[in-house]
Amino acid sequence: MGDNGSVWLPDPGTALAGEVDSLFWFVFWTSAIIFGMVILAKLYFMTKYKRTSEQDVPQPVEESKALEAVWIVVPTILTLVVFTWGFDVFVKLNSAPPDSYQINVRAQQWSWEFAYDEGATSYTELYVPVGVPVKLNMTSADVLHSFYVPSFRVKHDVIPNRYTSVWFQAEEIGEYDIHCTEYCGTQHSGMNAKVVVVSEEDFAAWIAEQSQDLPPAVLGQQVFAQCQACHSIDGTPGIGPSLAGIYGEEHAFTDGTTAVVDDDYLLESIINPMAKIREGYPPVMPAGFSALSQKQLDGLVAYIKSLE
Amino acid sequence: MSHSAPGLHYLNHDKGFKSWALSLDHKRIGVMYMVAVSLAFLAGGILAILVRLELLGPGETIMGPDAYNQSFTLHAVLMIFAFIIPAIPAVMGNFVLPIQLGAKDVAFPRLNLASFYIYLIGAAIAMTALVNGRIDGGWTFYAPYSTSIGNGILFVTAGVFVMGFSSILTGLNFIVTVHKMRAPGLTWNRLPLFIWSIYATSIVQVLATPVIGITVLLLFLEKALSIGIFDPALGGDPVLFQHFFWFYSHPAVYIMILPAFGVISDLMGTFSRHQVSGYKFVALSSVAIAFLGFLVWGHHMFVSGQSAVSSIVFSLITYLIGIPTGVKVINWVQTMYKGSVQLKSPMLYAIMFLFTFSIGGFTGIMLGVLAIDVHLHDTYFVVAHFHYVMMGGNVIAALGGLHYWWPKIFGKMYNEFLAKIAAALVFIGFNVTFFPQFILGAQGMPRRYYDYLPQYESLHALSTYGSWILAAGLFLIAGYLIASLISGKKAGLNPWGALTLEWTHTTTPPDHHNFHDTPVVTRGAYDFHLAGHLFQNGGEVSELDLGGDGAANTPDEAPVPHEPAH
Repeated sequence: MGDNGSVWLPDPGTALAGEVDSLFWFVFWTSAIIFGMVILAKLYFMTKYKRTSEQDVPQPVEESKALEAVWIVVPTILTLVVFTWGFDVFVKLNSAPPDSYQINVRAQQWSWEFAYDEGATSYTELYVPVGVPVKLNMTSADVLHSFYVPSFRVKHDVIPNRYTSVWFQAEEIGEYDIHCTEYCGTQHSGMNAKVVVVSEEDFAAWIAEQSQDLPPAVLGQQVFAQCQACHSIDGTPGIGPSLAGIYGEEHAFTDGTTAVVDDDYLLESIINPMAKIREGYPPVMPAGFSALSQKQLDGLVAYIKSLE
Repeated sequence: MSHSAPGLHYLNHDKGFKSWALSLDHKRIGVMYMVAVSLAFLAGGILAILVRLELLGPGETIMGPDAYNQSFTLHAVLMIFAFIIPAIPAVMGNFVLPIQLGAKDVAFPRLNLASFYIYLIGAAIAMTALVNGRIDGGWTFYAPYSTSIGNGILFVTAGVFVMGFSSILTGLNFIVTVHKMRAPGLTWNRLPLFIWSIYATSIVQVLATPVIGITVLLLFLEKALSIGIFDPALGGDPVLFQHFFWFYSHPAVYIMILPAFGVISDLMGTFSRHQVSGYKFVALSSVAIAFLGFLVWGHHMFVSGQSAVSSIVFSLITYLIGIPTGVKVINWVQTMYKGSVQLKSPMLYAIMFLFTFSIGGFTGIMLGVLAIDVHLHDTYFVVAHFHYVMMGGNVIAALGGLHYWWPKIFGKMYNEFLAKIAAALVFIGFNVTFFPQFILGAQGMPRRYYDYLPQYESLHALSTYGSWILAAGLFLIAGYLIASLISGKKAGLNPWGALTLEWTHTTTPPDHHNFHDTPVVTRGAYDFHLAGHLFQNGGEVSELDLGGDGAANTPDEAPVPHEPAH
């Protein structure tokens, strides 16, 4: 259950999420009350009018026009109220303030990449400053994905060759789950990430740190966050083989050949994954990592080399 | 007009494999469909149990992600295309509709048999996808993912394309039959509401199914020829696929629910021994929904990238359609008011339907609210909603109809006590399986997820336990129904005391030609107050009511001739 949230909803992380919740509860309770009345009437009638004699033939009942009007008019009014309220909040959800801080989001099978104006990039953690409206410009590198933060009640599909967006203004420092909510293949449920909401000072410090030239292995460790859905670093096999201590090992492949793990092997495995498939593993590594920059690739190779 | 020798009826008047496989008798075709859709339901149900078993805990439980993703996809494809779309119309519609109309058969019996074989062939083609590569992505097959996974998609799209013709031709057959083959005196406002609902369903089948046919054809061509209609990498638009897909698939949900409404109307009328409240409204609003249902497909696409303006329009129209459905539920409840209610097993399903379908309906309203849908779309809330309307609606109604017409179709009664136990298991199991999923979804649990965060585990586990109770109930039903065929009590002519022609004017099971003479109808389907003479000897009516003028007859007596009333 959400911390401090109710049984039904996680704690709202933005003011607008709170507005969505008010609407949710109104519709929920109105529905529950009407439902309750209908079911009570049902239970009452089926007991009160239970057949007492097999010869019983009840007479038709004159249908009251007034009663019919009530249950057409009242639901119509309620639905129009709910529609208008929903429309109003929907417009707000779709209207990012003009001064929003923009972050670019790139979805791919099966991870997220977050790119900040200052040149910083992060993977499983979307850093944002608290109390500032943030607008995400999103696109996909391959198939449809969808960006969803339950605590903020925001969601939008992420489409290849197009930009879509969501916006939010986080009100509390903390971490909030991000889920992909458009089926995208084997690891659709493994594309987990978090919104990390920090103070404006901490955010500025983090951005500055990211933009510095990092040593290759440290940069590689950051970039490696998007590989963790399939590759562990502790020896546990996953969808893909663990990368713990592989540098220098001899690997066997499904086509019967073998090779020793060196820098070239690591690079090829990332940018041309179908060239060699490790025996015992399926050929499902996506091809998109060839789009990484040379600096990022150098970093990955250095990082994997360092794993024990 | 000929009729069979005594003791002979549609099941035994002609024997042998060919007499069934090439039968033009709507009743035999209905029974063959019953076997086929039951097998589809069994296969889809086993997949559901496996899916829920995997979701018992986070991480791998019984299978890896690829097997899981294909399991839920196959579960949905089987349940939607091979079970739910055909089920009530092709089984109960085929068997009951001509008889309720006083007709000898449907308008086009050969087309009817062809529809059955087209369904089987289409299903077989779709199933070859299982051995032709991976099939995952859910039954919605959104591009460009669906065209990126190998050649299995070619077989599924081809299979669905073929199966669509079965639906279209059955719909066409029923529309013509209802217009042209009603017995003398059977005016539109005397028709059983089951007929009205099958009629409305048939309109949707004929108008909407060609669109899914074209859509899967385009997807097939996209995959086979890399045309670039939907794939952005080739210059296409993936949202266009969604528009095409949902333009059929929203009306498709009316194909699924309208027949269920028809069954519930007949059950509520018969087991309350009362007029169905708001008959005209229920009948006409069903036809209206058949057309209006084409205007709301975009409510499946609020966060897809379609414009906010379209989303707003779709949301508004969605509500306007929801209201007549709510009024129908109130009318069904009102049917019992000052009626004479008998809670036999078919009626238990109707009573259950009012509960589960209403929950499905209200949660549909919640999803139709734009701002709320942003949060709930593609979560377990949607999964729970559609299971409440599809299973809590269609399947519960179908089970009610199956129990109701079972004695008429097979001439045997099942064990009523076991039926009541099974109904309770189904009701409890269904709610324990699916209600927690509303909470899971509102808490942010996405759908189509192999793995999940630990905080969702307890509700997932509860849902899985519910699936076991539900499965137990369903297997119990299969058990006593099959047992009734072997050792069940012989059913009387009209065990439920109903007034529609299949109960008052045919034997149990029906004669091969349905009627000895063309029935003449002088009262409405639920005019029990005009048929008191039938109940003089108790609720189980043991004589046919061929006279239609207040005099009960046995099958051998000639009916009193009447001027047909038009």
